[in-house]
Amino acid sequence: MRTIAIMNRVLKELIRDKRTLALMFVAPILIMLLMSVIFNTNSTTDVNVGTVAVTRKLNQEMGDIKHVDVKTYDTKADAKQALQDEKIDAIIKKTGNNYELTYANTDSSKTAAVKMSFKNAVTATSIDQLKSALKKSTTGMAKLQAQLMVMQKQQAASTTAATGNAAAAKQAAATKAKSTTTATKSTSQKTPKITNHYVYGDKNTGYFAKMLPILMGFFVFFFVFLISGMALLKERTTGTLDRLLATPVKRSSIVFGYMLSYGILAVIQTVLIVLITVWLLGMEVVGNMVSVVVINLILALVALAFGILLSTFANSEFQMMQFIPLVVIPQIFFSGIIPLDSMADWVKGISYIIPLKYSGDAVSDIIMRGTSIFNEGWNILVLLVFLVVLTFLNIIGMKRYRKV
Amino acid sequence: MAQAMIDLAHLAKKFGDQTVLKDINLTVNAGEIVGLIGPSGAGKSTVIKVALGMEVANGGSAKVFDTVMPDRKLLGRIGYMAQTDALYDDLSGEENLKFFGVMKGIAKASMAAEIAHAAGVVDLTADLKKRVAGYSGGMKRRLSLAIALLGNPELLILDEPTVGIDPALRRQIWAELGKIRDAGRAILITTHVMDEAELTDRVALLLGGKVMAFDKPAALKQQYGADTIEDVFLKAEGVE
Ligand SMILES: Nc1ncnc2c1ncn2[C@@H]1O[C@H](COP(=O)(O)OP(=O)(O)OP(=O)(O)O)[C@@H](O)[C@H]1O
Ligand SMILES: [Mg+2]
Repeated sequence: MRTIAIMNRVLKELIRDKRTLALMFVAPILIMLLMSVIFNTNSTTDVNVGTVAVTRKLNQEMGDIKHVDVKTYDTKADAKQALQDEKIDAIIKKTGNNYELTYANTDSSKTAAVKMSFKNAVTATSIDQLKSALKKSTTGMAKLQAQLMVMQKQQAASTTAATGNAAAAKQAAATKAKSTTTATKSTSQKTPKITNHYVYGDKNTGYFAKMLPILMGFFVFFFVFLISGMALLKERTTGTLDRLLATPVKRSSIVFGYMLSYGILAVIQTVLIVLITVWLLGMEVVGNMVSVVVINLILALVALAFGILLSTFANSEFQMMQFIPLVVIPQIFFSGIIPLDSMADWVKGISYIIPLKYSGDAVSDIIMRGTSIFNEGWNILVLLVFLVVLTFLNIIGMKRYRKV
Repeated sequence: MAQAMIDLAHLAKKFGDQTVLKDINLTVNAGEIVGLIGPSGAGKSTVIKVALGMEVANGGSAKVFDTVMPDRKLLGRIGYMAQTDALYDDLSGEENLKFFGVMKGIAKASMAAEIAHAAGVVDLTADLKKRVAGYSGGMKRRLSLAIALLGNPELLILDEPTVGIDPALRRQIWAELGKIRDAGRAILITTHVMDEAELTDRVALLLGGKVMAFDKPAALKQQYGADTIEDVFLKAEGVE
């Protein structure tokens, strides 16, 4: 009863604070839209590709693709120099039947554009090759038939069958083998081995799609943390917390009342962000959207408990803001937006205490790989442990203001 | 003798190195108004906070309703008004009253009547729908008092309730406090207005962490050979 009354009051206060509401709902949308505009501009960017020892056909195919310029280099060293001088964005080198691609990768959208155009060009060329190979083998077949016919005639003409026959069979087998090698050759040309090299980062660097699920969690965490922390701080500094604690209300009711109200807010915020990313940014959600909301809700409650806890160490709104660079920003670094594999072991260790990492992992799995929420047990469990421990600390911590 | 609503015995309280209360002995009985006076920083608010269990005493005992404080459930029987107006600015006066009414555990059925009565006493009925952010200083103080009055608590603890309230309304409020006392409930009130101290049944003078004097106003005046409580205060403080 009291918990519900506290929830109602907190919600009422929030709804009347239009600016804060706008911050919670409009700001994330604005940032997302801004990012999508920026990333969309990047995807039609012009790329310059340097090629070394690549067939004229492939060069031509790639050059025909819009926004792609091809420059040919005689040696790999020349191409590398050009890459370093930022004259080209990628090098395609052919060694035997295989391709070796090197990307500057300072701009992941350019890397993606090169990959795409190269793939298209290779497909187009190999289709051509397939055609010519087919033609070759058809002519080969015709030749073979002609030979066979000649042989049959010879056979019919000759009465000393045995030796002639054997020779003819040998010859036929040889021709056959030759045509098979042509065939194998053409199949191997269809799937040349492609190796990718990145001057900067790796294939995961800076993909907007990879960032989105984590970004979503970040918005939820950031705003709930900040606003709930501020709200409790205000209760403390204006004395309403003391007054509240001078009634028979339980300390836990206060904490749970806050959880309920901010939980509701977080659900609305997450749904909004998910819808925006799906509709406006065209993000593909492979898994279940409800699962995404559920995980973000748990994350929001962790953020809330965190905000309330830290607000007890702040004496003013400005001091609360000081927690942003200390607590919120580092979360981004360890959330998985930057690949953790490349970090030193002790740095990686830090990521284990970052709530955003667990929610980011879970939501990424659900959105990009369609993992079921029931297979995210570990991530959810860790988040729940965070939640329970922080909530417990908050209830205990309120003893500072009332001893029972 | 009447039943002791508050019984503080040998209470001591330290904030870090600073000893604020040394040895406080104070009782508040049912059916009386006890005034707590003393210079600023003497520790009046601290006495109240210890009595309520919001601060823990370093020595001695604080009992309310014969129960050792702190005790959460007892708080429902106490109406507390803090020195600062602790109000939710974004809510209206009525919403503030209702919220604290629920927190105090007032039944839904009697809530409307309780709010109407408390608002009437402090003359806020016309402004109940207004947001507190638009209240004047005195209005906020009155709303704060109305919240303390909610639910007819057996014990009222008021920390400077009449600061910033005009004389006519102050008189009205004291009339209400008199009625509460006559109904057999108890009031502990701190004030810097010595005229108000005259209106109490007993006055406790807090000085140097101790209750220097604790008696009826008339008896105190006699004891110090003064005409008014204000003179008593000044004499005790050694100003004159
Ligand atoms: N939470 C606290 N932490 C540290 N010191 C405190 C705290 N609360 C009060 N004090 C100190 O205790 C002393 C008494 O404070 P208190 O508020 O009880 O005075 P008061 O008699 O109510 O004064 P006033 O008449 O101005 O309201 C002051 O010196 C104050 O600095
Ligand atoms: Mg005080």
